[in-house]
Amino acid sequence: MTPLAYRVVHRRDEAADVVTLDLAADGPGIDEPAPGQFTMLYAFGAGEAPISVSGCPADDGVLRHTIRAAGPVTRALCDLAPGDPVGVRGPYGTGWPLDAAAGRDVVVVAGGIGLAPLRPVVQRLVAERDRFERVALVAGTRTPDDLLFAPELAGWRGRFDLQVEITVDAAPAGWRGDVGVVTGLLPRMPFDPGRAVALACGPEVMMRVVARHLLAAGVSADRIHVSLERNMQCAVGHCGHCQLGPLFVCRDGPVASWAVAAPLLEVRRR
Amino acid sequence: MRTSTMRDLLAGQAVFAALEPDDLDLLAGCARNVRFDAGSLLAREDEPADGFYLVRHGRLAIELHAPGGPLVVDSAVAGDVVGWSWLFPPNRWTADVRAVEPARVVAVDGRCLRDKCEVDPAFGYRIMRCFTRVMIERIEALRIRLLDLYGTSRAG
Repeated sequence: MTPLAYRVVHRRDEAADVVTLDLAADGPGIDEPAPGQFTMLYAFGAGEAPISVSGCPADDGVLRHTIRAAGPVTRALCDLAPGDPVGVRGPYGTGWPLDAAAGRDVVVVAGGIGLAPLRPVVQRLVAERDRFERVALVAGTRTPDDLLFAPELAGWRGRFDLQVEITVDAAPAGWRGDVGVVTGLLPRMPFDPGRAVALACGPEVMMRVVARHLLAAGVSADRIHVSLERNMQCAVGHCGHCQLGPLFVCRDGPVASWAVAAPLLEVRRR
Repeated sequence: MRTSTMRDLLAGQAVFAALEPDDLDLLAGCARNVRFDAGSLLAREDEPADGFYLVRHGRLAIELHAPGGPLVVDSAVAGDVVGWSWLFPPNRWTADVRAVEPARVVAVDGRCLRDKCEVDPAFGYRIMRCFTRVMIERIEALRIRLLDLYGTSRAG
């Protein structure tokens, strides 16, 4: 439960309120996180927040987190500069089921900051491309200026073995891409609904709508996986802040199949 | 070699899947193929809406004028229908429609189609069902976008 000492080695402004921090351990580091897992990042003097890993050392050599300034702790994290210390504990939670996706079409659906936890997935899909059938990424964001990892997305779009589609909620005149919700792009994506595995991360309403579309297309609930977001504090299933029905999201999630998540989210709505 | 007809083309569109075979002939009788260069306007806000477009190739942007300049609020690609103002008075476009890349569309004459709907209300009902489906999908999508999902997040 004690944070390990890390230091910011690089920071990049992704959008107006989103920053990516590359971290290096001052001494012993945390275990290698799997795509989809999160850590608790401690901003000294401000507090701790759960942040999904947006780049795994095994993939690109650094422990990378992409953070949106949404409150005092994440604002403090976003204000960190190279050389600043930060505490890290973890990794926690469940990862994306990439082994279960091997040999199948994979559909990745990201909304807003939800692209961050899915970035290591896409990196892994690209690195191990032969293990998977068709791979598609759909990403939605507010405006073109809010698009995360733009250079990397451009690289992925340039590949012949990856279909990448981007859509925004609104754009200035001159935008030549799609405008609309991510579900509008799903009919264009190449996947066999009877075998495909879908991975979705974004606002809960978006994931619900995406799941509804995928189910209607014929993707079964146990092959749709979402990343749940709840108020996580201890991250080890003790404090109960993130309890969702029988799940502690920090321990039993954040990644869960729609078969598991749907009834719980239905309960939350009543 | 058989040349694909307008009727065949319309029959292959999901938006018109609920139409009956004779309906497609009626619809095809009001339709023609049109090409637009990138940047050209297909419709202008407040101007008479005398038809709709079915996109075959390319991409269209639906633009609204706002303080600070025009905004793209929707887009349409192959298989999408753009325009429903031709159906209802005052029959004026409520947004600009621009080709953001070279586009090929089927342009359907709204007056021609309205007349056929008046003569054959059962046909009109089926056409209305097609367009209602388009409107429902757009409204559902807009409802989600109204939430400004990507602009909000749990504070931490």
